[in-house]
Amino acid sequence: MADPAVEDSPHIVIENLRFRRGRKMIFDDLSMRIPRGQVTTVMGPSGSGKTTLLRLVGGQLRPDKGRIWVDGQEVARLSTRRLYALRKRMGMLFQSGALLTDLSVFENVAFPLREHTDLPEDVLHALVLLKLEAVGLRAARDLDPATLSGGMARRVALARAIALDPDLILYDEPFTGLDPITMGQIVSLIRRTNQSLGLTSVLVSHDVTEAMAISDQVVLIADGRVVDAGPPDELEARASDWSAQFLQGRPDGPVPFHYPGASYRDDLLGQGERRDD
Amino acid sequence: MTDSIAALGRTTINALTVFGRAFIFLIRMLASLDIVFRRFGLTLVQVYSVGVRSLLIIVVSGLFVGMVLAYQGYITLVNFGAAEALGGVVALSLVRELGPVVTALLFAGRAGSALTAELGLMKTTEQLSAMEMMAVNPYRRIFAPRFVAGFLSMPLLAAIFSAVGVMGGYLVGVGLLGVDSGAYFSQMQSVTDWNEDVLSGVIKSIVFGFVVTWIAVFQGFNAQPTSEGISRATTQTVVVSSLAVLGLDFILTGLMFGAG
Repeated sequence: MADPAVEDSPHIVIENLRFRRGRKMIFDDLSMRIPRGQVTTVMGPSGSGKTTLLRLVGGQLRPDKGRIWVDGQEVARLSTRRLYALRKRMGMLFQSGALLTDLSVFENVAFPLREHTDLPEDVLHALVLLKLEAVGLRAARDLDPATLSGGMARRVALARAIALDPDLILYDEPFTGLDPITMGQIVSLIRRTNQSLGLTSVLVSHDVTEAMAISDQVVLIADGRVVDAGPPDELEARASDWSAQFLQGRPDGPVPFHYPGASYRDDLLGQGERRDD
Repeated sequence: MTDSIAALGRTTINALTVFGRAFIFLIRMLASLDIVFRRFGLTLVQVYSVGVRSLLIIVVSGLFVGMVLAYQGYITLVNFGAAEALGGVVALSLVRELGPVVTALLFAGRAGSALTAELGLMKTTEQLSAMEMMAVNPYRRIFAPRFVAGFLSMPLLAAIFSAVGVMGGYLVGVGLLGVDSGAYFSQMQSVTDWNEDVLSGVIKSIVFGFVVTWIAVFQGFNAQPTSEGISRATTQTVVVSSLAVLGLDFILTGLMFGAG
């Protein structure tokens, strides 16, 4: 039986994370806890480092400072072997789908199973069909990934991500660039997958409506820190100026419409002076 | 003045950084070679794609190089009344030099650029990243089999190039210019030494195969994940590996024949 202490502990803990890319500070003292078995969405403006956060959680990047624990294990300190063992229990859905282009849809879903298990071919076949059926693409198994639409590719990628029955799944911008029908399909798939498999889902997104509808917890990040966090309805009720601007999509507010710089008046006058020279 | 010194320093540091990364990449790839023995099928597929698919250009080039060698050799040799030595001249030029070098240059253009573009695109479309997240090590699953395939294919392609070249020389020398058929082959046999000539050519082609495939696979891995980045990496593969082949050929020839 599952240990109640583990059941209650957060699945992911991030403490005082600092990460910079070149000279740009992406995260500065960022801390958050992601509860087990729930859907948590990390939201923030473009360029706020949401995808980077997933890569840090997955151990593809190392923090400059601070620590990240997944399932009680500190990701940056794991040996390659243990990191790979952790990743087997972690699925990731890339924005592009990231399907292997030289393999068919079927073989893409079968890929992690072939790499990590020694299942007989008929069991593997049944398992792949089961995963493809779950995303509604069983009949598309022989297609080439290049012929799939963006939404279909993402569904195949989801089938692949759940192939090894992970207990954590990371979604990178799952709603970006989808038509309303496909969007609806992905939203319901994420919710359904979470419930039926009892896994922890972490989404990064800036699609407010979908993310608020689907999530148990929402974390808002900006300027490298957590601005606000909590269940969606609470967040909307007590939203600060910044959160309100973000959640309601107002063009101007604490985040200015104009890129910061000298005032328009000074700039115009400055140009006038130069012309006199 | 200081600017140009700073620029020189920056260029040198960048070049050394790339070289260092290429070396670390090679070591990580070599450390993953056990996959080749465990799942030879992965390498076999790549031997087909980099080796077998390069056959056409290698065979056609070998044929023409052999034919041209026979023409050029005959013109000089006939002045000295030594037209019978044609077989030896053609075979030596091919086995020692042209076989390994021209094959490596063609291999860099045909298979090297394809490897770089394929890996660069896999990186751009996050396929390598996705593989890592599926707990599959791309060094084992992707890089090592391609590296070994290139490294195995090159000497075989060079051997085919030389063999076809000898036949091309025969077609022109014997068929067109009237050199005696028996003399063509007996001369070839008497002047070509197994250790000195054939083996040195094989060693060259193994070294070239190693270097060209290393450069090609590394350039793909190191490509900037943009369309411009892939185009630059592909060009780099062809340019850098061609220069490396020519430079190494000079050094190897010096080592093998210079001292004697």
